[in-house]
Amino acid sequence: MVKVIKVGMADLQSSVHPCIITTLGLGSCVGVALYDPVKKVAGLAHIMLPSSQQARNYSNIAKFADTAIVKLVQDMLALGAEKSRLIAKLAGGAQMFSFVDGSSEMLRIGARNVAAAKEVLNSLKIPIISEDTGGNYGRTIEIHSEDGKLKIKTIGHGTKEI
Amino acid sequence: MVKNINDLNSIHIDVLKEIGNIGAGNAATALAKLLNRRIDMDVPRVKIMEFRDVSETLGGAELPVVGIMLKVTGDFTGNILFILKQQAAEILVNMLMGRPAGDSGAAEGHVFDEIEISALKEIGNILAGSYLSSLSELTNLNIAPSVPDLAIDMAGAILSVPAIEFGKVGDSVLYIETEFTEGDKRVVGDFFLVPDVDTYSVLMNALGVNF
Repeated sequence: MVKVIKVGMADLQSSVHPCIITTLGLGSCVGVALYDPVKKVAGLAHIMLPSSQQARNYSNIAKFADTAIVKLVQDMLALGAEKSRLIAKLAGGAQMFSFVDGSSEMLRIGARNVAAAKEVLNSLKIPIISEDTGGNYGRTIEIHSEDGKLKIKTIGHGTKEI
Repeated sequence: MVKNINDLNSIHIDVLKEIGNIGAGNAATALAKLLNRRIDMDVPRVKIMEFRDVSETLGGAELPVVGIMLKVTGDFTGNILFILKQQAAEILVNMLMGRPAGDSGAAEGHVFDEIEISALKEIGNILAGSYLSSLSELTNLNIAPSVPDLAIDMAGAILSVPAIEFGKVGDSVLYIETEFTEGDKRVVGDFFLVPDVDTYSVLMNALGVNF
């Protein structure tokens, strides 16, 4: 039986092979899955907000794209991963509700989370090899340490692997 | 100084509970009139949770639910979320539309049509409107709900929407939750008022409590 590790909202986890790391019910949050295919080290972060820059009163660095991804990489290096081999997959960043005045900052948070995650990954030179982002529906995702595949489950929008 | 959830003491929590009590009491009466049935409510709970626990709070992050959300604007701001299990939503729609009250037996996979969705939104409207109007009377604050929007999806994904706002100001979220039940104890749904942290002080001061 493969070890299944759960990641909550504003949380991140990493592990060596064999494991499945999962996070349930991603809405506007974005899931960033990192993988080292040689050492088979997998990591997953469930990110709520784009940046720690405008935040106040926080101790949990797993909730922001800028701080969470850096921390996840550090954790994975400590488990034997090599930074130059890391690849990334993204999922989530939906807009669950579409109010008439779609201008509200909060309502576009999904798209902003995805953009911020990409920017951070680019600056760390970690290639994004696939993504399933946007839309207006929630996702449950799991990364498999065996081959780095990211399984995505939805309600009414099918299941896929990226 | 900017206040945070951690600055709330037990008196503040009691005030929030009482707000839930008065608001939800009014909302339950409105729903009972609408459906011509007896609607009960439990004692409102003030839930302060770390983000990682949020998705599981309604019995599973992947549980399919109907979520009706409204934004609260005016002197005091926040969000309102009314969450029903799929089956409860179906029963409610049937009651409202004068169909046989029982659910159609299709616990999963019932696709709500446009009329049913607008009926559910209207229920959200009435609940939120009556909840907020009693709150407004009590506090003398100007408070209004937005037009409702509806999503049918995983509980975790829906509950995360009001939680995200809190991420900017702290590491936990506060919900004032009340459960509504219909006559024979079938759960109708969970009503959440999620005031923005920045307006706690407005709310407290309007009720003569220091914050």
